Amino acid sequence: MIEATLRLPRRDFALDVALRLPASGVSVLFGPSGCGKTTVLRALAGLERAAGRVVVDGEVWQDDARGVFLPPHRRPLGYVIQEAALFPHLDVAANLAYGRRRSADRDRIALDDVVDLLGIGPLMARRPATLSGGERQRVAIARALATGPRLLLMDEPLAALDAVRKAEILPYLERLHRALALPVVLVTHALDEAARLADHLVLLQAGRVQAAGPLAELLAQPDLPLSRLDEAGVVIEAEVAEHDAAYGLTRIGFAGGGLWLGQAGAAVGERVRARVLARDVSVARQAPVDSSVLNVLPVRLEALHSDRSTALLRLVVADTGVAAPDAGAVRLLARITRRSLETLALQPGEPLFAQIKGVALM
Amino acid sequence: MNAADWTAVRLTAQLAGLSTVLLLLLGTPLAWWLARTRSAVKPLAASLVAMPLVLPPSVLGFYLLLLMGPQGPVGQATQALGLGRLPFSFAGLVVASVLYSMPFVVQPLQQAFEAIPERALEAAATLRAGPLDRFLTVALPLARPGFLTAAVLGFAHTVGEFGVVLMIGGNIPGETRVLSVAVYEHVEATDFASAHRLAAGMVGFALLVLVALYALNRRRGANALAATP
Repeated sequence: MIEATLRLPRRDFALDVALRLPASGVSVLFGPSGCGKTTVLRALAGLERAAGRVVVDGEVWQDDARGVFLPPHRRPLGYVIQEAALFPHLDVAANLAYGRRRSADRDRIALDDVVDLLGIGPLMARRPATLSGGERQRVAIARALATGPRLLLMDEPLAALDAVRKAEILPYLERLHRALALPVVLVTHALDEAARLADHLVLLQAGRVQAAGPLAELLAQPDLPLSRLDEAGVVIEAEVAEHDAAYGLTRIGFAGGGLWLGQAGAAVGERVRARVLARDVSVARQAPVDSSVLNVLPVRLEALHSDRSTALLRLVVADTGVAAPDAGAVRLLARITRRSLETLALQPGEPLFAQIKGVALM
Repeated sequence: MNAADWTAVRLTAQLAGLSTVLLLLLGTPLAWWLARTRSAVKPLAASLVAMPLVLPPSVLGFYLLLLMGPQGPVGQATQALGLGRLPFSFAGLVVASVLYSMPFVVQPLQQAFEAIPERALEAAATLRAGPLDRFLTVALPLARPGFLTAAVLGFAHTVGEFGVVLMIGGNIPGETRVLSVAVYEHVEATDFASAHRLAAGMVGFALLVLVALYALNRRRGANALAATP
């Protein structure tokens, strides 16, 4: 468990947050630029002197009430920023060795594992200036991991990279997430990154926590500003159920249903995370007949939120018509027009059919 | 060249060498502080360091003479400590040279330190390096070109000084009679041939040093360009 209460006056706002982040998995601090997310991360690292308290896994890193403040070099953490910040006068191997040599925790992780995980074996003798942006970022992540940190902090690790480089790094971040039992706190302003990597999401706005919770839960809340974004939508944790090679399709299954999507590379049985955008979901009272839409799920309308022209529906997938679905039930968001909402006179609690035009694996 | 001229060459090299070492030892912490501080006294400190650039050497020499003389506070301190008097001694010349050449060492170092990105030092901090460790293993290596420039300029400027030397050191063979003074003396004695030998040597030396410095700077510039992604 990572607990932090941090207060710091800033020119445009006062940072005032209380965070409780899970001890495993990826927690994403998400918000517009200038909302204070980087400041929170820097304060967790001790690079910024905020007032308050930081406790990681029961270890007190900062407690102003007791006059405790560990400087950054005494905190067992890894820190990765947008620009990689490799030491230009050292080759890759020496960059990796820099922190590892100084860390008392280095035995928590084998250097070879780090090098393999990030695929930087062939780069060891190179200087940072000769590396591509993506390679540099992988080395920076490896350098942080090589110290055997108890917490990995990442500040927009992908923001300085173009789409191609991003696609190059993302799989490594996901492997990291699965291969190491290491809590990660990642800062981003890109919703697709958050949706792809987060387990736990913290929404920051003008220095304050607006909402925090498990990713799927937060994404499915129609009353948060997240849902007003064009790319609003939910993520579904699922398993690959079958491939239909003849039509080039893959079916993923989850509690209460399944979805067809374009053929995926993952093997049957593999865990995957799928994203369904609110704008790709529509609803109907009757099960559609003769429809071209492959994915039709019986759902129940749980909540709705409308503004002048559009309405956002929260739907819970209810294959068996369960009366009170638990928190783990799969939810969808659907964006429809307010006119449709009123024409159909939709009421919370009523059963509907969700037609899903787009599903993407992440 | 006669023996006296060779003594002047040796003395000049000793003075410049010792001054350069002292300049780097004193100038490095001073430049680091100037590069990093947000203190309100920074402009004043930077101005004091830069004073020798704008003051006539005779003015600096005059006040140093008063300070280090028998009645001056520094002079009384050195006498009380049993170090004797500084004016008209090699030690006094070293003190004056260090002060006079300070901006030529501090300014390139300060620029080099200022060019080190804060994030490199922060990265070192998050990699468990304490403040001194960060300075020695990140700041110093990254500022290496600045050290080269500072050392070369400090040395060359000390070799080239005349006014302060004359005010503080006078013209004592083997003690304070450095090259620039020796040239002056030859000219005074209308021994132009001897003056030429020393003067031409110094012109050659200065040219060599500056060409080497600019060539190094240009190569570094090219490297820096190649390093940009």
